Amino acid sequence: MDLPRYHRLTAPYYRLEGQRCAACDAVQFPPRTSCGACRGADLKPYRFSGRGTVYSFAEVSQPPRGFVGPYVVALVELEEGVRVTAQLTDISAEEVEIGLPVEMVTRRLQEKGPHGYLVYGYKFRPCLERSAARRAS
Amino acid sequence: MKPNRDVGIAGYGAYVPRLRVRTADISATWRGRGGAAPAVAEKSVPGADEDVVTMAIEAARTALDRAAVDPETIGAVWVGTESKPYAVKPSATLVAEALGITPHTVAADMEFACKAGSEAMQAAVAFVGSGMVEAALAIGMDTAQSKPGDALEYTAGCGGAAYLFAPADLSLAVVEASVSYVTDTPDFFRRETAHYPEHGSRFTGEPSYFRHTLAASRRLLAEVGCAPADFAHAVFHQPVPKFVEKAGAELGFTREQIRTGLVAPRMGNAYAGSSLLGLAAVLDVARPGERIFFCSYGSGAGSDAFCFRVTGRIEESRHGATVLDYLDRRRLVDGYGQYLRLRGKIRTA
Ligand SMILES: [Zn+2]
Repeated sequence: MDLPRYHRLTAPYYRLEGQRCAACDAVQFPPRTSCGACRGADLKPYRFSGRGTVYSFAEVSQPPRGFVGPYVVALVELEEGVRVTAQLTDISAEEVEIGLPVEMVTRRLQEKGPHGYLVYGYKFRPCLERSAARRAS
Repeated sequence: MKPNRDVGIAGYGAYVPRLRVRTADISATWRGRGGAAPAVAEKSVPGADEDVVTMAIEAARTALDRAAVDPETIGAVWVGTESKPYAVKPSATLVAEALGITPHTVAADMEFACKAGSEAMQAAVAFVGSGMVEAALAIGMDTAQSKPGDALEYTAGCGGAAYLFAPADLSLAVVEASVSYVTDTPDFFRRETAHYPEHGSRFTGEPSYFRHTLAASRRLLAEVGCAPADFAHAVFHQPVPKFVEKAGAELGFTREQIRTGLVAPRMGNAYAGSSLLGLAAVLDVARPGERIFFCSYGSGAGSDAFCFRVTGRIEESRHGATVLDYLDRRRLVDGYGQYLRLRGKIRTA
């Protein structure tokens, strides 16, 4: 990704910011020029909660240049009903399963060489287990 | 020191990466058998896609989530660190952007070795206390650097915490007073073109850590007119657990008072994040009315000491991940080789 494009996309990349349609209330990600449901053009920024589940996934064993792998790419179904393609992190391919609850984290996506810029963006990881839940189980 | 209007912590959040390396794996590579046991059994290691910025973002998200503060009112973001991803380019703007609190905010990275995080806290108290801003975010976070085989490699860990300061009526812990104590002491440093810091071996103890920690702590106790027994918890910077125990004992704190805030045995020294993580671990269990004693230390050298009083808001302000949640989700790396690769210490070109 080139620098100007990366800079334009910081809101969706860093904080999973999409849009909500003022006319029909539908939410969408990534941001577009019109509403995918009603084609309305009055769209307000909407920050997704970042919680969702793994809808499907695949392992990438030969990562493209600038990426660190192997890693898992998943189609994540957000709790708002929208699906997002993203890398999973803090998990290995053997541990992933369909329906796994995940949460959004902002991580390093790409390094443009040792002297270049760093690209940050959303990934998803298994929901952090809470001590209250550990004590109950 | 005390600001014009009362200020406190309205929200806090911690972060420790998932990976750990066993210090026995480090000593197996560098030391013969039969040497002294390392000061901690294991230390935290960042994942391949983690750095100070990503870690700060997660800790700060928890802090904002816990606070009854409108993010729009946050007027300052400071990241205290000695391991920022860019040598030139602020980490704080990236963190602020990810939190959605740009553009009308002050933002900068603070530098003062392991005291950089508490330096940010002092500044946040002043900004909110003067009425210049309604809320200010202070973060201490590090992925500590160390030369392979050096004594520091056995303890240099990763992690930190974020504190959102706001007026006292919104706070879960109010700042009763703070002090700073600095002198020019060359106990630890890194020159511009060096990859790893240098340190003065024996020089790091008495004239550095203990002198500044004890002096700042004693001055704070005098300023608030309290004795060590008046505090439920005491938190110190944690280069090695032994330093904390010795400083605590010398000031008159019991082992029980320092136990909860001592996180280094499970993750090593998180540098600018170390004492701030200890404070977060204490806030995870603190009760309304309790007093918390806090004193950082950073090489170069100096200490910031704070006296906090916990308010009734604490119970409703600690949902989300605790320090223990992060310490418990540990995963060991596959030996010293994988650790070196993750820390970028193996050069392939
Ligand atoms: Zn619509």
